[in-house]
Amino acid sequence: MSKVILETRGLTKRYGGVHALEDANFVLHEGEHVAVVGDNGAGKSTFVRQITAVEQRTSGQIFFDGREVNYAGPLEARESGMETVFQNLALADDLDVPSNLYLGRELIKFNLGPFSILDRKAMRERTQAALDRTAVRIPNLSNPIRNMSGGQRQCVAIARAAAFASKLIIMDEPTAALGVQETGQVENIIRGLKERGVPLILVSHNLRQVFDLVDRIVVFRRGRIVASLRADETDGNDIVSYITGVKGQSDVAYV
Amino acid sequence: MAVSAVSARTDSQSRPVRPPEMNVFIGLLVIALVFEALGWLFIGQSFVFNLQRLQIIILQVSIVGIIAIGVTQVIITGGIDLSSGSIVGATAMIAMSFAQSSDYARAVYPALTDLPVIVPILVALVIGGLAGSINGALIAYTKIPPFIATLGMMVAARGVAKWYTKGQPVSFPTESYAWIGAGLNPVIIFLVLALLFHLALKYTVYGNHTYAIGSNQQAARVSGIRVERHLVMVYAIAGMLAGIAALVLSSKNVTAQAGMGMMYELDAIAMAVIGGVSLAGGRGSVVGTALGMLIFGVIISGFTFLRIDAYYQEMIKGVIIVAAVVADVARQQRRAKAV
Repeated sequence: MSKVILETRGLTKRYGGVHALEDANFVLHEGEHVAVVGDNGAGKSTFVRQITAVEQRTSGQIFFDGREVNYAGPLEARESGMETVFQNLALADDLDVPSNLYLGRELIKFNLGPFSILDRKAMRERTQAALDRTAVRIPNLSNPIRNMSGGQRQCVAIARAAAFASKLIIMDEPTAALGVQETGQVENIIRGLKERGVPLILVSHNLRQVFDLVDRIVVFRRGRIVASLRADETDGNDIVSYITGVKGQSDVAYV
Repeated sequence: MAVSAVSARTDSQSRPVRPPEMNVFIGLLVIALVFEALGWLFIGQSFVFNLQRLQIIILQVSIVGIIAIGVTQVIITGGIDLSSGSIVGATAMIAMSFAQSSDYARAVYPALTDLPVIVPILVALVIGGLAGSINGALIAYTKIPPFIATLGMMVAARGVAKWYTKGQPVSFPTESYAWIGAGLNPVIIFLVLALLFHLALKYTVYGNHTYAIGSNQQAARVSGIRVERHLVMVYAIAGMLAGIAALVLSSKNVTAQAGMGMMYELDAIAMAVIGGVSLAGGRGSVVGTALGMLIFGVIISGFTFLRIDAYYQEMIKGVIIVAAVVADVARQQRRAKAV
């Protein structure tokens, strides 16, 4: 089997007395696309927040790219090659597309500390290239993204992740607020990532989408991982049984 | 304005949006023309074609305009600064006390007279910057609303201004200090600072981060922008600009008084909001604020020109401030509906 890119051992998160995530053991291999599914409050987003260090875990270990990691914050996680598309669109609406793509890592022409001169031309060209690579079409890059549709904005967010992620992309419900056509566009980007061999963790409620896109499906229920199934060896009914707790009442051990 | 907003929405996919500063500029022209017409009607002379009047207008507003440049940046981050007027008062008193001439027998620091002009300038920048940094640190690290933090500074800085000399004015500056605000220098200083910060907002990382924080603070944070540090910097810059305004004002008046700069903060906020800087954050520009400043000056001077009582002017100023905010809120609601 190919190399392991991400592994969690006994990952646990408690908010006071609430056990949001209990003893999550998870493995992702190079080039693999895995979906994380489960009911609301099952611990999917909590799981993502621990991996990306948006929150600090209560206990457990995380191994990324062969090393045990203890990120202090999301920036460190990002710098190590892990990009996240957040549920609430982490974009600045009043900035244009290149500024959003390069937010927090602007290209500069001339270093003057905080007053460094932006290299807008290079940012624009590379943004166009990144969008072309992910097959995202945005008519006018210099418009503030406020004026764009939800789908276009989500595509910008994903293109940003895809442009910088060298090792892993995590998407938290990337199509939750999108229409049919826009969802299709996002799914195409995800297929492109698969072809390029970029590993993906996809948090989704949409089982049709999950079966269409990923290699493996991990089911969360009440803060625990209750199943990890290959997409071609299971079906929707099976997954729903795990989500609702008809199946898999005891923890499963798997790797 | 309604028409342009609609067309901007439908065309946004293909064409760049018309800059909002254009609307402000058109507003300026319209207001000037109205006064021109009223001038011929009631006074029998031109309002606009009077070099002396134009000079007075721009001279009057440029000192508050310097403050407004800083306030613009603060509002773009989604904040507000109510302390700038009081910072002007405190800074003017303290800076002036280091600029007194030895010809004056009762200087605040008799041993420190006839200092080179750079000393009071640095003092003003440090005091203004310090007051601004305290604002910024309170807002960034204790998470109290900018309105409250700067309201506290507004009261406290005015206290400092009064305490510093127990209410006595500070006068008799050196000649070089008095030169700072002489003639049209306030206008030149305003223009230089406006250009500087226009460039900083438009072409530097600082500007991008300022807009990003006002636009979506959460996004800015997860993108790795050090939001707290940046906010402290923005408020410190606003404080320093208030300090520069204090230098210019006390120099122009050749005296510093504890009550100096009273209510300037509101005028500065009004100029920014009239100029299209959104109180919701994320939108606005120094060019817009400069145009807002001119609108503000034209209206005030227009009423004087039409010989309307000073009492009414105050009332009208209040109406202008509220009207500008109402227009801003209406713009936001239109936008919210569009999305």
